[in-house]
Amino acid sequence: MAEFEISQQAFSLRLLATTRRFLHWLTSARVVLSLIMLVIMFYMVIIPLYRMVETTFTYQEKDVYRVPDAQVGQITLFHYIRMFNSQMSKPYLRDPLVHSMVVSFGATGLAFFLGGLLAWMCIRTDMPGRKLINQLALLPYIMPGWTIAQAWTVLFKNRITGGAPGVFEFLMGQSPPVWLSYGPVPIIISSALHYYTFFFLFVTAALMSIDSSLEESGELMGASRRRILMKITFPLVLPALLSGFIMTFSKVMGTYGGPALLGVPVKYYTISTMIRSAIGIGDKADAFVLAITLILFSMINIYINQKLVGTRKSYETIGGRGFMAQVAKLRNWKGILTTIVIVFQILVIVLPLGLLLFDTFMLTTGKYSLDNLTLHNWIGESVKTINNGAPGVLRNPKIYGFAWNSIRLSIWTAFFTAVLGVILGYAIVKGRGTRLSRLVEQLAFIPYVIPGIAFGAVYISMFAKPFGPIPALYGTFTLLVVVSVAKHIPYSSRTGVSAMLQVGRELEEAAQLAGANTWRRFRRIIFPLTSSGFVSGFLLTFITTMRELSLIILLVTPTTMVLATQTMRYKENGDDQMANAVIIILIVLVSIGNFLIGKFRGGSLKKGLGM
Amino acid sequence: MSTTIIIKNLTKRFGKTVAVNDVSLTIESGSFLTLLGPSGCGKTTLLRCVAGLEDPDGGEIYIGDKMVFSHPKGISVPPGKRELGMVFQNYALWPHMKVDKNITFALEIQKLGQDEMKRRMRESLAEVKMEDYEDRYPREMSGGQQQRIALARMLAYRPKVFLMDEPLSNLDARLRMDMRAELKRLHFSSGATTIYVTHDQVEALTMSSYIAVMKEGVLQQLDTPDRIYRFPANLFVADFIGNPKVNLLDGYVDGQGSVKLETFSIAADTRNARGSVVLAARPEDISILTQPEPGAVEFNAYSVLPSGADTTIVAKNGNIELNVREMGISKIKMDEKIWLKFNPTVLNLYDKESGNLLAG
Repeated sequence: MAEFEISQQAFSLRLLATTRRFLHWLTSARVVLSLIMLVIMFYMVIIPLYRMVETTFTYQEKDVYRVPDAQVGQITLFHYIRMFNSQMSKPYLRDPLVHSMVVSFGATGLAFFLGGLLAWMCIRTDMPGRKLINQLALLPYIMPGWTIAQAWTVLFKNRITGGAPGVFEFLMGQSPPVWLSYGPVPIIISSALHYYTFFFLFVTAALMSIDSSLEESGELMGASRRRILMKITFPLVLPALLSGFIMTFSKVMGTYGGPALLGVPVKYYTISTMIRSAIGIGDKADAFVLAITLILFSMINIYINQKLVGTRKSYETIGGRGFMAQVAKLRNWKGILTTIVIVFQILVIVLPLGLLLFDTFMLTTGKYSLDNLTLHNWIGESVKTINNGAPGVLRNPKIYGFAWNSIRLSIWTAFFTAVLGVILGYAIVKGRGTRLSRLVEQLAFIPYVIPGIAFGAVYISMFAKPFGPIPALYGTFTLLVVVSVAKHIPYSSRTGVSAMLQVGRELEEAAQLAGANTWRRFRRIIFPLTSSGFVSGFLLTFITTMRELSLIILLVTPTTMVLATQTMRYKENGDDQMANAVIIILIVLVSIGNFLIGKFRGGSLKKGLGM
Repeated sequence: MSTTIIIKNLTKRFGKTVAVNDVSLTIESGSFLTLLGPSGCGKTTLLRCVAGLEDPDGGEIYIGDKMVFSHPKGISVPPGKRELGMVFQNYALWPHMKVDKNITFALEIQKLGQDEMKRRMRESLAEVKMEDYEDRYPREMSGGQQQRIALARMLAYRPKVFLMDEPLSNLDARLRMDMRAELKRLHFSSGATTIYVTHDQVEALTMSSYIAVMKEGVLQQLDTPDRIYRFPANLFVADFIGNPKVNLLDGYVDGQGSVKLETFSIAADTRNARGSVVLAARPEDISILTQPEPGAVEFNAYSVLPSGADTTIVAKNGNIELNVREMGISKIKMDEKIWLKFNPTVLNLYDKESGNLLAG
């Protein structure tokens, strides 16, 4: 009997100790913050995804009319059968999927060619003016992604969609062919001209970090230039190329602006524009099936790439001694090539902006004469017959409202993203090697693989009704902030991690030994030391959010409209000049943001991309 | 007030590797203990466990009469409440704070008055001879100066225990010598119990009251520097301590009061030895003769390496190679014949199989 009591006592002591150890683990700063992050990401990413999938497997209100004995909420494969195996499949899913693939591969391929070539010329030739080229290459990225597409319509508009002629037709006297005006070719070109910046940045960084002795040793063994390029240089920058590939491909897959402006008028639907259209006619579940398809394709693509590269970050390990590689001599070609490159770069920036700006000065669309030039679209009073009675954009209080929405959306998003970034960075870096840290890191990566428009779609289903402690958010400004923050989580965790890696762990430990509690350590040590990464992350998020369209196009309402979505609205209503004026305002705002990045010591676009 | 530190059966794992394996140590109040071993031997992890920066997977730690960690009882006192100060290998001065803020950070937490803080800061800066540096940022000072500030920061909040993690390894050789003397003096005047981590045996031998040699997480020997040098408990410790390295020679004992080596025999105290042994002879315990003498063995001077105060001679006999140390600049030339004489009273014998010292 006594023995039994003793063992029982021993057991309860052991239980007490285990509980204490667990509590000790649970209350450490790293674990608390990791758990908070897990809850936040669970709400912002996992549950929306789950709700979206759930929606696709249940009958919706509209389905009652399509299926005789259907009941709303009943589990069904109806939407999948409808999308994959019915006469609806071709126009709704198969064709758009093919189009999306064509556009994504095309744009990525072209961007790869342009970015890679330009990077090589900048780093590995004796071309003069390389610094200028380097800076110019970053500019297209500052403009909203669909700027070039919008300018394209000003230039190549043709009669197929009716309405006024474009600049090309005015100059050449004949309507441009359809393949040049609309469809895959212009979508591919306009996207590639925007996204080649990615490749340029990745490849420049990779080329700079290759240890030149690797190439020199090849040369000493008597390999030819060409052979060295193919057998040594190319494999070494391959991981960088693949990283650029993943990023560009996912972005183009999920992009809405270009395909909407250049594809929809000729019924060349991609998955992204089809999602919008399905939502527009109330087929939410169908739209979600499309979104899931898009996500799966995006994930497969990233998976394959990761398998090929080995690891997503392996390009960082190329690093070697400084940069003293031999440069290729261009000889007589020097002048010509430099001119071509700079002219090309200026064309890509100046021509679209010039066209858009010029267009805003026209009173009547498509009438190319001096007396048609006006400032009405900018500062004119409301006239019933022009622009559906809207006043000039600078006189229109609504536009100021939208601009304010854009700015405050960007500020809130940038603020929360930066805060999440620091906390995620802390949770991941301090827990390196633990399962909890890996879980946080992996969860934070998920939004990366979900294309923008699909992410917006995910959020429709999530916050339409109250969920747990969260009220119904559909139609609110808050929802726009939440979705923008959620989509930025992968980037913020990356900047957070790299900022946190700069802060040696001893710096925090020294404060810990001095008796500082968690809050004091954050306030006095961690925040001040990561502030540079924090600020450049903040500014980068600010400008990317400002020109975000695909992500929020499905979620805005008339009161929460921002500049980016308003240009689309004007385009859809045929008010082209107004659309163009708004996009110019947007570009001005983004440029100011970008200027601030440059002003801020140590901040840069490259840094914000986590490079 | 006693601040004896007792470590009982401490174990710490990282995944599958056991960084600290069942280590038990007692560090007497006011003494200077050095944890010595090659990199990866668990010495820093052990120190961090004492500091509370790592949570061990087993064992207990007491500081003074306070239990600060107990795995069986589930107790772990947070680092800030263990009343210890630490100097890190890279100093860990907060780069965004000037020297004064670096020093008063902990004092603010202790809620001392402004005057008291000022006084303590001045005192501790004076202690490390850095009086006029209050307004400097860490990056505006040299490594040695930063090191002193890191010390001052620790001294200012008057911890009962000093922990030092390779504090001198980032300094150049000369500065290291100076700082050794300063640190030893600091320990002497403060009387704080000190745990010092290093892989540098000279540092360990010159500064410590006790040395704990570790290898792969296991404590090999805890002893005074003198005994660690004279009587290494096993071959690992013997090999690790001493520069030039100890000579380890495989031999055989057949009960004749001598150890048979490949080509000759050496007289030694073989009372507790039988069979295969390893003989350890420190380079300075072998005397060099230029003439044959009874008991001396003929060798060839393979290489002669003078270094000012002494000369190391690499001597060869068949496959046997020995380091021998002679004071001053040696007159021996390379390839000369020399005769080596071993002092039987200072030779150590180790069991070939276990590597443990066979007590004489």
